[in-house]
Amino acid sequence: MAVALEKTTALAGVRKVPRRMVVAAILVAWLVLFAVFRGKQTLSLAAADLTGLHRWFNDVNDTIGANRNSNPLFLYFFNEIRLVIDNLVTFVQGLISQPSGGRPVPQIGWLGVVGIAGYVSWAVGNWRVALLAVAGFTLFGLQGLWQESMDTLSLTLSAVLVALLFAIPLGVWAGLSDRFNRIVTPFLDFMQTMPTFVYLAPLTLFFLIGPASATIATLIYAAPPAIRITAHAIRSVPVTTVEAADSLGATRRQALQKVLLPMSKRTVVMGVNQTIMAALAMVTIAALIDAPGLGKTVVQALQSLDVGTAFNAGLAIVVMAIVLDRVTTAASGREEAARRSGGRFLTWRRPLLGAGAVVVAVLIHLSHTYVWAAEFPGSGGLGSSIASAAATATTWAQDNLSGITNTFRDVVTNGLLNPFQSLLTDSPWWLVGAVLIAMGVVLGGWRAGVTTVVCVGLLVGTGVWSDGMTTLASTVVATVLVMVLGVVFGVWMGRSLLVDRLLRPTLDAAQVMPPFVYLVPFLALFGATRFTAIVAAVVYAAPVAMKIIADGVRAVPETTVEAATSAGCSTWQIITKVQLPMSRSALTLATNQGLIYVLSMVVVGGLVGAGALGYDVVAGFSQGQLYGKGLAAGLAIVLLGVMFDRITQAAARRTSA
Amino acid sequence: MARHWRAGAAGLAVLGLTLTACGGAKVGDSSSSGSKSSGKCGTFNLAVNPWVGYEADAAVVAYVAQHDLGCTVTKKDLKEEIAWQGFGTGEVDAVLENWGHDDLKKKYITGQKTAVEAGQTGNKGIIGWFVPPWLAKAHPDITNWQNLNKYASNFKTSESGGKGQLLDGDPSYVTNDAALVKNLKLNFKVVYAGSETALIQAFRTAEKNKQWVIGYFYEPQWFLSEVPLVKVDLPKYTTGCDADAAKVACDYPVYDLDKIVSAKFAQAGSPAYKLVKNFNWTNDDQNTVAKYIAQDKMSDDAAAKKWVDANRGKVDAWLK
Repeated sequence: MAVALEKTTALAGVRKVPRRMVVAAILVAWLVLFAVFRGKQTLSLAAADLTGLHRWFNDVNDTIGANRNSNPLFLYFFNEIRLVIDNLVTFVQGLISQPSGGRPVPQIGWLGVVGIAGYVSWAVGNWRVALLAVAGFTLFGLQGLWQESMDTLSLTLSAVLVALLFAIPLGVWAGLSDRFNRIVTPFLDFMQTMPTFVYLAPLTLFFLIGPASATIATLIYAAPPAIRITAHAIRSVPVTTVEAADSLGATRRQALQKVLLPMSKRTVVMGVNQTIMAALAMVTIAALIDAPGLGKTVVQALQSLDVGTAFNAGLAIVVMAIVLDRVTTAASGREEAARRSGGRFLTWRRPLLGAGAVVVAVLIHLSHTYVWAAEFPGSGGLGSSIASAAATATTWAQDNLSGITNTFRDVVTNGLLNPFQSLLTDSPWWLVGAVLIAMGVVLGGWRAGVTTVVCVGLLVGTGVWSDGMTTLASTVVATVLVMVLGVVFGVWMGRSLLVDRLLRPTLDAAQVMPPFVYLVPFLALFGATRFTAIVAAVVYAAPVAMKIIADGVRAVPETTVEAATSAGCSTWQIITKVQLPMSRSALTLATNQGLIYVLSMVVVGGLVGAGALGYDVVAGFSQGQLYGKGLAAGLAIVLLGVMFDRITQAAARRTSA
Repeated sequence: MARHWRAGAAGLAVLGLTLTACGGAKVGDSSSSGSKSSGKCGTFNLAVNPWVGYEADAAVVAYVAQHDLGCTVTKKDLKEEIAWQGFGTGEVDAVLENWGHDDLKKKYITGQKTAVEAGQTGNKGIIGWFVPPWLAKAHPDITNWQNLNKYASNFKTSESGGKGQLLDGDPSYVTNDAALVKNLKLNFKVVYAGSETALIQAFRTAEKNKQWVIGYFYEPQWFLSEVPLVKVDLPKYTTGCDADAAKVACDYPVYDLDKIVSAKFAQAGSPAYKLVKNFNWTNDDQNTVAKYIAQDKMSDDAAAKKWVDANRGKVDAWLK
């Protein structure tokens, strides 16, 4: 943490030199006290040991399980919710993925679904995304994964639909009321950073094993972005516009319907987009509670370390994500684009839409009636080619790269990770707590300081302080690597549109490809170590940082860059003296998001040798008597997330002020 | 111009598709899944825990239940905890391969009384510390625990803090390793790989690159037919030597893997229950089917069919 935040201050420039000195002083004081108190009061807890709080969590969980069938809350509340959601998912599955109504195939076959996908993409977006959608959906069939893809699509669409049903009204409310916004934000943080593994088992107690639990697990994680972005959209409608509506005598309702909602529509669609992406990120985890679809294929293939098959299914998830992302992005910009292209297009649009609808209806009818249009022809030969190519590439990398990679791992582990980790875990807890609080105050101000005090206090209370510090060390190292990559590639992408276009699909793929698919080769290269966990986190978090920094660099006014060029600055000077300093709020935002994304990979890290909090969470999911400890570890991850989020955000506000 | 062209093309496409369609077979013409015998079995909810050996059990039992008893088998991919939880909610009828799990037995069999035991699978579960075969060949004395300290420094990694590394896997499995290291005074540190995938990959790399790895492993396991790991002998297991988890200084017992069913399922007397109760095979049988699935990449159903066709006698005994 110290390193990453120090960097932020360093970027703050000349005016804040004193603050930099204060940070340095804090670090020196820490090192001195560390030397004195090393190894005392470290609050370490062995892997199988529990605290009173952990046992209490266990008891609560057991009591709920034992009383499930007699509790009216279950009988009349949770069961009803489950029924509604189960029926929704089963209905969608019956339409496109599962045999239904006595038929051996779903109601709408592949031809119909491809037709609908193309038509809808064209209607809400444009011709180009429609082609992409048709190509993408056809690919699922060629990969031999048609039914699995449709199961995943059904579950994702249902989860997104239910999520939006709640998220948009809540988002509007949070946009209108500051008070509600303040109340709801901690809940959203909680929903986004609490590892899914922690609530997966209790969910199946509440909503039973089946589509309902999988949908709810997905929407818990996927709803927050829609709420946040909707609130943000409502807030960013210019005050003057709202005032104008008020002065014309519009009621609150009218102002909302006629001014606020239409004006924020574009941003709200981006929220929908983020919700879809988040829902797809849950596909493999939901498979652990029997959610049908591509996730199952991935999980099952990895039991026998079959990277090829897992990659094939992972690729289908990536393609689905890219199609849905591009379509919703096009949808958010469609009206603007249509307005620009002029009236002639608009006059033709209606009849064309009508004609398209007729074509799609025919396709649906065909796919309902005829076998060739219902079941995807062929045996998915492309899928096995993709699988064997991926397997060959993996074996090659494992055979040829392991010497280099081991050296790299040892340098980072011994040079950076180990010293930093021992500084954090061998210092007395009160010393680390004091350093964190002091940093919070210096970098984020008094309010951030108060949040840090609360978070440190609660972290000690969870009983997994020592594991928390181990995780913190890896998290900070990973964030530093994320920022290094983020700056290098972000600047490159920001300066060249071509590079941006070429890299973006890879970045999207890195964000939605199920981590274990690429972790198996990494395990072969780096072994089951903390470093492998760090690499996994970097792969997942770096794309976000790159995208944010690229946007920041691109937002630097062209005239400024031109002025610098004409003043004789070299490319290097332009980057370091103009573009980076001018996009410093993007840099702090990238640090913030990078950290949060790294934290969301802590559990995956626990599966590949990171130990600490991630392992605690996984163990809690697998073993009843460790459930409470897993929950406590999950809470610790949330607390770390909230603490760093508040500090970096406050720091970002200061630097941009 | 372009718009006209598009509309025309769309019209042509419709026409073309409709015409070509006339030649195709209709849904439900002949394929109305004729094998659906209306046995009194009904639906059979089978939990599938996430390891290949279990998948092999489930594949064969599901195949037999479907083809010989006419059951509608619903396989549910679940972790152990959640599968047991499903006994109470009626979502799971049977778990086919249970490794000990006294905690779960206490909670669901004696406590909530939602589950009952349904006998042994015939598989012997062996847990212990294993080394890759090259290592056992190069240093034959390594398979005796008393020599482990001699080699401890070879097992050092970036994770083990100067000591030898003992690699542990998925936290679902029973392990006393931390206590064992302490009580046997070994100069080792337990490092948690966190998943079976990580563990298998570690052994695979170790065998290929002749690296020093010692770790927790178990059989029956499909991976042993790819790399035949060698077990290290710990002090012999005697009944009760593992009674106090903190003071364990002996090897793991041999687990008789057993089957657990939901209490309701046992009472309902479905033919599927009888099948589960009678299901019994050897480690070799399971390894064969697991190999079909994991290495020959056959589908569960194809693997089960191949084994059932070759072992009709055993299957008939389960159905009696």
